[in-house]
Amino acid sequence: MTDITASEPKPRRRVNLHVLGPVLALVALIILGASLNSNFLSYGNVTNVLARSAFIGIIAVGMTFVITAGGIDLSVGSMAAFVAGVMILSLNALIPSMGIGVPLIATGMVIALATGIAAGFLNGFLISKIRIEAFIVTLGSMGIYRSLVTWLADGGTLSLNFDARSFYRPVYYDGLLGIAWPIIVFAVVAILGELAMRHTAFGRHCAALGANEQVAKYSAIKVERLRLMTYVILGLLVGVATIMYVPRLGSASASTGVLWELEAIAAVIIGGTVLKGGFGRVWGTVIGVLILSLIDNILNLASIVSPYLNGAIQGVIVILAVVLQRESKSAD
Amino acid sequence: MTAVLAAQGVKRRFGPIEVLHGVDFDLVPGQIHALIGENGAGKSTLMKILGGYLSPSEGQLLLDGSPVTFTDQRDAENAGILMIHQEFNLALQLSVEENIFLGREKKRGIFLDKVAMRAEAAELLARLDCHVDPRTRVADLSVPNRQMVEIARALGRNARVLIMDEPTAVLTGRETDVLLGQIDRLRANGTAILYTSHKLDEIRRIADRVTVLRDGTQILTREAKGFTEDAMATAMVGRELTDLFPDKTPATDEVVLTVENLTVPGKVRDASFTLKRGEVLGFAGLVGSGRTELMEGLVGLRAATGTVKVNGTPVKPGSVQAAREAGVVYLTEDRKDKGLLLGKDLTQNLTLLALDKFGSLRIDKQAEDAALTQAISDFDIRVNDRAMLAGSLSGGNQQKLLLAKTMLADPDIVIIDEPTRGIDIGTKQQIYGFIADLAASGKSVIVVSSELPEVIGTSHRVIVMGRGFVAGELTGEKITEENILRLAVGVADRIAETEPA
Repeated sequence: MTDITASEPKPRRRVNLHVLGPVLALVALIILGASLNSNFLSYGNVTNVLARSAFIGIIAVGMTFVITAGGIDLSVGSMAAFVAGVMILSLNALIPSMGIGVPLIATGMVIALATGIAAGFLNGFLISKIRIEAFIVTLGSMGIYRSLVTWLADGGTLSLNFDARSFYRPVYYDGLLGIAWPIIVFAVVAILGELAMRHTAFGRHCAALGANEQVAKYSAIKVERLRLMTYVILGLLVGVATIMYVPRLGSASASTGVLWELEAIAAVIIGGTVLKGGFGRVWGTVIGVLILSLIDNILNLASIVSPYLNGAIQGVIVILAVVLQRESKSAD
Repeated sequence: MTAVLAAQGVKRRFGPIEVLHGVDFDLVPGQIHALIGENGAGKSTLMKILGGYLSPSEGQLLLDGSPVTFTDQRDAENAGILMIHQEFNLALQLSVEENIFLGREKKRGIFLDKVAMRAEAAELLARLDCHVDPRTRVADLSVPNRQMVEIARALGRNARVLIMDEPTAVLTGRETDVLLGQIDRLRANGTAILYTSHKLDEIRRIADRVTVLRDGTQILTREAKGFTEDAMATAMVGRELTDLFPDKTPATDEVVLTVENLTVPGKVRDASFTLKRGEVLGFAGLVGSGRTELMEGLVGLRAATGTVKVNGTPVKPGSVQAAREAGVVYLTEDRKDKGLLLGKDLTQNLTLLALDKFGSLRIDKQAEDAALTQAISDFDIRVNDRAMLAGSLSGGNQQKLLLAKTMLADPDIVIIDEPTRGIDIGTKQQIYGFIADLAASGKSVIVVSSELPEVIGTSHRVIVMGRGFVAGELTGEKITEENILRLAVGVADRIAETEPA
């Protein structure tokens, strides 16, 4: 691509700025955090921020594909709570027969992944085959999963057996070479997602579907199956996120995963993915997730602004990101 | 008579690039001034300047002889200047009458006066000989009828100046006649009309004066009288256009495609035909005769029953993928909505259909880049910048890109629906050349077209459709406009007799 004559350098520089925007914002936040609190860049704080970002991050990578393909999924927060509930109930029920050990936890993980896939498949099936609007389907399933977990917990909290919990804890708190497991899993998911989006037919087809479903159909793309796949993958990733989340608290309740869907969607949009579909960036989503959790972290560490204003600042960032996107578009 | 609207020495630049190099153009009441030129010649830019959508970079506009500046298109509309776009400006979910009165609704007090609006809408449509219920949703109308609604809307605004951007591109011959008759009446009523079309016979029929643009330069402006189609084409292209259609290489006798009793519910009934290797098979018929639906059913884009055999092997119905694997591809008539991703770059558009050829898991971007280089040279796609978006290409180059995309799938049987809709004459000639080359190289081509000269000029054999039936087949000397029309209309009459309304 180097042989192209730079006949119009002006718009190109702007596009670059558009690409760099989220990165610059992240760098600015890191500099701000480091200057406000000497602990900010400490190993403990960095690990804490990244590990807590991992749940939303893993889900947001899946959400990037759904949104790129022209869809939306509002149910992921409730879905995570439901998957966590099912996983905890299954683990508790299996302890008498299996005892506490690796097989038990592995079985629990498989159940969590299967539940996530099934939940994602249900969303995707209703959207792609029955042709109900994604917003409506996932608004409905959001209520269904949330209500199911409340019902399973009988209005209270589902707690994992104490011994099982102690055994399972390292999956969140331990790691490899000093890097916590959730961070490693998040990184692997993000890298695979980025490769899939940019270098495989799947990613290209998602963007084509989101840009114009008719063109995708006329280009011999299996439109229904592709759309279904995006929701199944998102469900699977909700399962992965839940596997990392359950050992952290060892419990699930009606308040688990509340508003995760909005945080995940916000991260995707901040990262530069177009809300109405047709263009997606997984690395942008990762940056979006980090920006959101850093704001939270900085407000908690530094006492200049109340941490209660966290949501307000995040809201401003989301709106700003979209405004910047639009300006760079009209500059093309 | 003085001009109601005139452009004097108008230039227009987009960034550093000048696309219009000083054009003088005037519109006189009661006259039709035709503007012709190849795609990218600057016709659209000039029309947009006259219609208030763009402002000139240099030069000025005169309204009734005095200089005027339109701040936007609404400003021009208030001065009685209306533009009818190639891409319709209609709200699809609203009804016909709501569209006609959009932005200037009739009111009684604070409420809409629906009775008066409906009556006036019906009256406007009747003047156009268009029999559509004003309460119909525009989304449910056929494309020609949408065109009529668009014109009715302009009529309802008492236009003094009407700028028509290829109004007949989507119309059939009969519908074109109705429209030209209506334009005649508008002229008699003293409306000044700017008319563009790639169909030069229309220009000859209705224009009073003709201006030719080429590459943003005004080549000439003259009386239409005595300006032959050949002379127009030469002026537009800047070189002598020899025969528009290349010679036909004889087809073989080997049957590659057999279609038996193909039925698309509500659109096509029991269509059967065969296609031979090296053959160009034309499909003619009125708009709405089921040609497009038949082809879409054939390649699995629509639910259909019946048998499709490629080289004797049945193809799984209802699957575009299966058809592609059998070597059959369909090139849509609707390149903007179904053919290309206008917001994506050229490479992604080019390889979308045949992406599996570029690596099994990881896409080989170098190979993609090479494919683009190859396509640009094979199909003579004129690009400013390889990274440009497909939507920034001119119509003719978009069509070439779509052709390149389709051919990248390496099909044996290519179905091309309206191969040259909205394309200038120079590019048309190139596309006819591609079609002939495909057939000569042993591939088989089906050409679906509403332009009879195109069907006649490219095809070895022509199948005529009428109201969802195969009405007949013509070969050799029998392929004439008259025979095609007789078949198309004959069936229509027979059905009208057997199915009393």
